[in-house]
This record gives sequence, C-alpha cells and structure tokens, in this order.
Amino acid sequence: MVELTLPKNSVVKTGKTWPKPQGATNIRTFRIYRWDPDTGENPRVDTYFVDLDTCGPMILDALIKIKNEIDPTLTFRRSCREGICGSCAMNIDGVNTLACTRGMDEIKGDVKIYPLPHMPVVKDLVPDLTHFYAQHASVMPWLETKSNTPAKEWRQSIEDRKKLDGLYECIMCASCSTSCPSYWWNGDKYLGPAALLHAYRWIIDSRDEATGERLDSLEDPFKLYRCHTIMNCTKTCPKGLNPAKAIASIKKMMVERTV
Amino acid sequence: MRYLTDRKRAEGLGASKAGTEHHWYMNVSGVGLTLLIPFFVFILGTSLGAPYEEVVATLSQPFPAVIVGLTIAAGMLHFRRGAQMMIEDYWGGMTRKVMLWTVICLSYLVIAAGLYAIVRIAI
Repeated sequence: MVELTLPKNSVVKTGKTWPKPQGATNIRTFRIYRWDPDTGENPRVDTYFVDLDTCGPMILDALIKIKNEIDPTLTFRRSCREGICGSCAMNIDGVNTLACTRGMDEIKGDVKIYPLPHMPVVKDLVPDLTHFYAQHASVMPWLETKSNTPAKEWRQSIEDRKKLDGLYECIMCASCSTSCPSYWWNGDKYLGPAALLHAYRWIIDSRDEATGERLDSLEDPFKLYRCHTIMNCTKTCPKGLNPAKAIASIKKMMVERTV
Repeated sequence: MRYLTDRKRAEGLGASKAGTEHHWYMNVSGVGLTLLIPFFVFILGTSLGAPYEEVVATLSQPFPAVIVGLTIAAGMLHFRRGAQMMIEDYWGGMTRKVMLWTVICLSYLVIAAGLYAIVRIAI
C-alpha cells in the first residue's frame, strides 16, 4: 500500500563528515546512506572525500577505496565488478544502477548513494532481496517439458533462439523492480518487472511446454496487471533491457488467448 | 509473527485468473471514447449558451442523443475500471473495499441518471 512519508525511525539524518585526504588536489565528495540495525539509531548520510588521483574511475572503485582506507564499517555488496553479477545495484545520483558500471564522470557534483528504494535494508547499502528472489522462483524460471527427453538435445531454430535475445541477459540486480512505483506500493503481490521479464523469457521459449500453465499463473490483477506502463524499469535497466516490452507482450498473449 | 516460507509469501493466494477482461475492456473503451469524445464535445459545444428549446431540439435528434448517451455510458464504465485500478494501487483492506463499492455505485448511478435524462429529452 502507498506510503507517502517515512516512518519516524526511517527518517534520514545528517551523519559524520570524514576528514579530507591530506595533500590531495583532485577530490570528489560522496554522500552515502548509512544504517546499522545494531545501534537502534535512525539512518544517516555520511560524507566522504575521495582522492580521485589514486582511485579507479567507477563508483564501485570509490566505495571500495572508502571501505579500505577511510571507513571499514561501510557495508555494500559487490562481486564481479564488471556488470555481470548484479550484486552492487544501488541508487546512485537518484538512479538505480550498478556501481561497477557507472562512471564517476557521468555524475555532476556530489555523488549521492542510497540503497535500492523501498526495500527493507539489511545494513547500509545492502537491501533485503528475499521476497524479490522468491517472486523470481515463483515464475518457474526453468524449462518445463512434458514430452520424453530427446536423446541428444531440445532443438530450437535460429529464429526461435533470437526471440530470447534481450531477455536472457537479465542479471536480477533488482534495479528495475525497485524503480517501479507499482512495485513500491504493491510489491507483496505484484511480481515486478524483473520476475515478469523472466516469466516471458520462458513463455516465449519454443522448447517450453508449459506456456498455458505459465500464463494461468500470471493472470491476476496484481501479479501482472499492476504494471501501468510507467516504464521506469526500461529507463533504469543497467543492461539496457526492456522489461516493459516483455510485460506488454505477456498482456498481448493473455488477450490473444481470450479474444 | 507468521512462520511462512519466502516462497509461500511470494505465491500468496495464487492467481485469480482475472484481469485480462479488465485490460481488454480498457483498451476497447479507450479507443471508443477517442472516437466519441470529439462528437460529444462538438454537440455540447454548439449547444452551450443556446436557448432551452434549441438544446432540447438538438438532443431530440437521433444522432446527438445516441452519441451523448454512448459517451455517458462508455465514459462512466471506463471511469469505473480506471478508478478501480487507482484505488487498488493506493489503498488496502476495508478502505479499498468501501471505496470500490462507492465508485461502482456512483458510476452506475451517473449512467442511469444520464440515460434517463437523454431518453426524457429525446422522446
């Protein structure tokens, strides 16, 4: 349900300003959301100064530098540092994206970093994605078949394989779902752009034999039809995918089998 | 505290197997209203400020009467579904149910009153 104001214990306060690096001439200011569940305090925004002459070009490079050299308590997820794992998804300069693929030169002024919006926070920049992953699992993101397994392989034409392009590349970073107002307000029931894009990836797969069951399980005013074509998902996707088009294609298939 | 698994929470009560008819109706009524509204605006626009007898005479003709009647009915049914979507987005629990009930009743009331008025003027 819609929430237009933050609860009292979630109101963000001004935090600590860390000292500037001595002798540095090329400094960038980072304002980073901090929250520690163990302290019982409200979230705060800490200010860090990073010497760009001794730092890599990406936002993730700066976060790692802050953690290594300034404040080891800063918590965030990261793994591949090249846009493949989706771990470092966060809200940077007001946009959900991957810290590893967003360059510091793409942002003007201070760099403001928050966790993905409207998700429970585990600590600092780490959101709780438990429900998001469970929703992904609920669309059965695997090949469902009823025919006997062929001796060699499930064959697919080149044309049918091409239909999966723009879908299979999703890395489940949750940038799209957490940028969607419908997912903010009804995320308990609405599957969100990421899960629906994955659902469509299997619906459209020529080898899959559970198309009807998949459509049945999505036909719901909340699971699917909460999408109002706002298209924040497509705008924010750091992999350049188009979840809104996938959702529209599912709706089109729903109509096709009804009308 | 309910000890539900993550998957159980995500599945909820399952799919209601509804929503497509609503989606299709909104598309059809949207296209229909796009065609109706220019005629509706023209009919009402030309009648604005006209004497009572002239307005009654206009709405007594079959084409204007049918256009106005269709616009009222299709418009309010479109409004009903659109408002339902908005209410479901922003409210929950009993408030949602009461608001849905109110909007549904209101839209049918406006349709009934509008059609009654058109029929009365036309006949």
